[in-house]
Amino acid sequence: MTAAAGARAAPSTGLPDDRWTRWDTALWLAPIVAFAVFSDRLELGRDVVIAALFALSLDIVLGYTGVVSLGHAAFFGLGAYTAGLLAHHGWGEPLTGLVCAAAVAAVAGYATSFLVVRGAALGQLMITLGVGLLLHEAANKAHALTGGVDGLGDIVMWRLAGVFRFDLEGRTAYLYSLVVTFAAFLLVRRVLSSPFGLSLRAIREGMARMPALGVPVGRRLVAAFTLAAALAGIAGGLQAQSARVVTLDVLSFERSATVLIMLVLGGAGRMYGAFIGAGLFMLARDYLARKDPVYWQLWIGGLLIVVVLLARGGILGLVETLRARRRTP
Amino acid sequence: MSHPAFLRAAVTAVALVGAVSCGKKAGDDGKGGGTLKLGVILSLSGPFADVAKQIQGGIKTYMKQHGDTVAGRKVEVLYRDSTGMAGEVSKRLAQELVVTEKVDFLTGFGLTPEALAAAPIATEGKTPMVIMNAATAIITSKSPYIVRFSLTLPQVSAPLGDWAAKNGIKKIATLVSDYGPGHDAEAAFIKAFTAGGGEIIDSVRSPPQNPEFAAFAQRIKDAHPDAVFVFVPAGQQSVAVMKSFQERGIAEAGIKLLCTGDLLDDHQLATIGDAALGAISTHHYSVAHDSPENKAFLDAYRDANGAEAGLPNFMSVAAYDAMEGIYRVVQKLGSGKIDADKAMEIFKGMSFTSPRGPIMIDPETRDIVQTVYLRKVEKANGELRNVEQQAFPNMKTPAPAPGGEPPRPPGGEAKGSAEPPKEPAKGSAEPAKGSGK
Repeated sequence: MTAAAGARAAPSTGLPDDRWTRWDTALWLAPIVAFAVFSDRLELGRDVVIAALFALSLDIVLGYTGVVSLGHAAFFGLGAYTAGLLAHHGWGEPLTGLVCAAAVAAVAGYATSFLVVRGAALGQLMITLGVGLLLHEAANKAHALTGGVDGLGDIVMWRLAGVFRFDLEGRTAYLYSLVVTFAAFLLVRRVLSSPFGLSLRAIREGMARMPALGVPVGRRLVAAFTLAAALAGIAGGLQAQSARVVTLDVLSFERSATVLIMLVLGGAGRMYGAFIGAGLFMLARDYLARKDPVYWQLWIGGLLIVVVLLARGGILGLVETLRARRRTP
Repeated sequence: MSHPAFLRAAVTAVALVGAVSCGKKAGDDGKGGGTLKLGVILSLSGPFADVAKQIQGGIKTYMKQHGDTVAGRKVEVLYRDSTGMAGEVSKRLAQELVVTEKVDFLTGFGLTPEALAAAPIATEGKTPMVIMNAATAIITSKSPYIVRFSLTLPQVSAPLGDWAAKNGIKKIATLVSDYGPGHDAEAAFIKAFTAGGGEIIDSVRSPPQNPEFAAFAQRIKDAHPDAVFVFVPAGQQSVAVMKSFQERGIAEAGIKLLCTGDLLDDHQLATIGDAALGAISTHHYSVAHDSPENKAFLDAYRDANGAEAGLPNFMSVAAYDAMEGIYRVVQKLGSGKIDADKAMEIFKGMSFTSPRGPIMIDPETRDIVQTVYLRKVEKANGELRNVEQQAFPNMKTPAPAPGGEPPRPPGGEAKGSAEPPKEPAKGSAEPAKGSGK
């Protein structure tokens, strides 16, 4: 638990409330406005949306359930390779490809979850890390299947719903990713506001007490982990389909670490934390890498340290603190 | 969630998009013919930053020497960091450079994964893509708009296999980096060496990222071959291999070192030190190459990059030549948008004398044809140099296998193909003894 404590400092309290508010409208209008205004940067926009979905999937296990994962890219990568391989071998239909990606990742997540629920925080860290590294090396060795470090190319996508071609400007890919992510968001929000979601939060707050209240902790964790894996698989599938190339870094430790950083940056366990973190991180990275292509990582590091020091619970945590302070002068 | 609110949100969204995109279309304009934009994708950060530095050095040298305007157009170089062997990043950057920046040429590409991932963008965006280093054979077959000014590994590895078989070496172990170029080098070397009657007793592959070579060195020592053939990406890894070989006493065990020039790249040779003495390699460029073009290049490189930048290597030369190629195309096409098809026609068959010797772009494959040299590390004026011993002129890249499938290493990424690269084009692989030095 200790490792996760920093990430989840001061989680939001109160009963879940999934009523649609003005804030929701405003936040979801942002990517749509971005589509129109930044119509020449849709590639980056698509990557932000996909990263947000990936971070959201991690939020289910890390933010809401309190299971620390350092190998979440394993499921992202499985989804990416599933969708990529299908299209590479002639089945370029996007939606079914995505379903397959989710299914493969979910099965892997289900299988892994039994290992993960056995461990405490540090154990979980090690197990997820190990699974991630294993898959990375397996994909590297299976050069005939995955193309190894050189990557899997020749991915030909059919038209989306038989109508929309994946264009060079990335309009289709962006809207496709956005709609899928929105649907996933609605699902996650519904699930996490349900009694099931509440029990996940309860497990995070006090795992030892839950069996006494009649909550089957192990089964809940398995379910949460499987759902998270499936969503990560969808994110990976989206990435493969819209980038039309899959390289080994979809399974890399760096990807697992980056998504964790995004989530912590935005605020774990807060629904929109994944979106804000992914947006901020990706845009900052893009901006800095453009300004200073050689030493940009230095500036990213500095930014992260500042945010972690000044904003406990990420950006959303900071917002909550400020609002609470205003209410009680 | 309450549905009316949700619906209202959806309607607002649609209306907004309509309004904004209408406003946007009005101000949209096409590609300007003024500045010439070069989008350069390189691994500027991370473990392969050395490669990027060399290529940047080559570009800088060319532009300092020949000016930053060509055919009246100011040349603007946009550098983008691919972060290493991450194809997706490289692909996104290429797409942005084509869509947003509307670059006239995509170039750079130090590493194979970067080039392979970006290839579809060159095709879809109809933008010429000029490879400055990435050396896997199949790259140019991935888009009709790709041209390469560097090398391919079969091109430089096959003559070495041939030479080894003819010079009394019977048993060889190979060590290559486990990705496209390494597979290419391994396959071409083994094919040439075994065709000459040699025997391969062990083949090991090291991970392309963050490898530790001690175990590989030990394994080679235990196998006790007459010689070891090595390919790893030039830069940090070449130094690491040489250090491991030295620590494990490969030379003391009587095992000769044969390699492509990547391992003994001119820039790193001083760092590697005397351990490199006597090593045999084949490659297309050495700073010790004796020609007026090379002297002028070396002076210009020092002038543009400063003495502390050290020596250029084959990557700088390829970048320098690629710039020459680009400038020539722009001079012919003049101002206005660069038409990719016309540009490729100019690239095809282009030939000039590079610092490395005469080079030509094969009109069939858009790949480079050049002289490959057999070199030996010797000490001249107290400094280590790859001294050219023998030349193999007009080396082509092995032709694609019949059936349209490009030549590839066993277990390559394309479906079903396990064909090793075909023999180098007939007539060009014959060693021309004594024509070089």
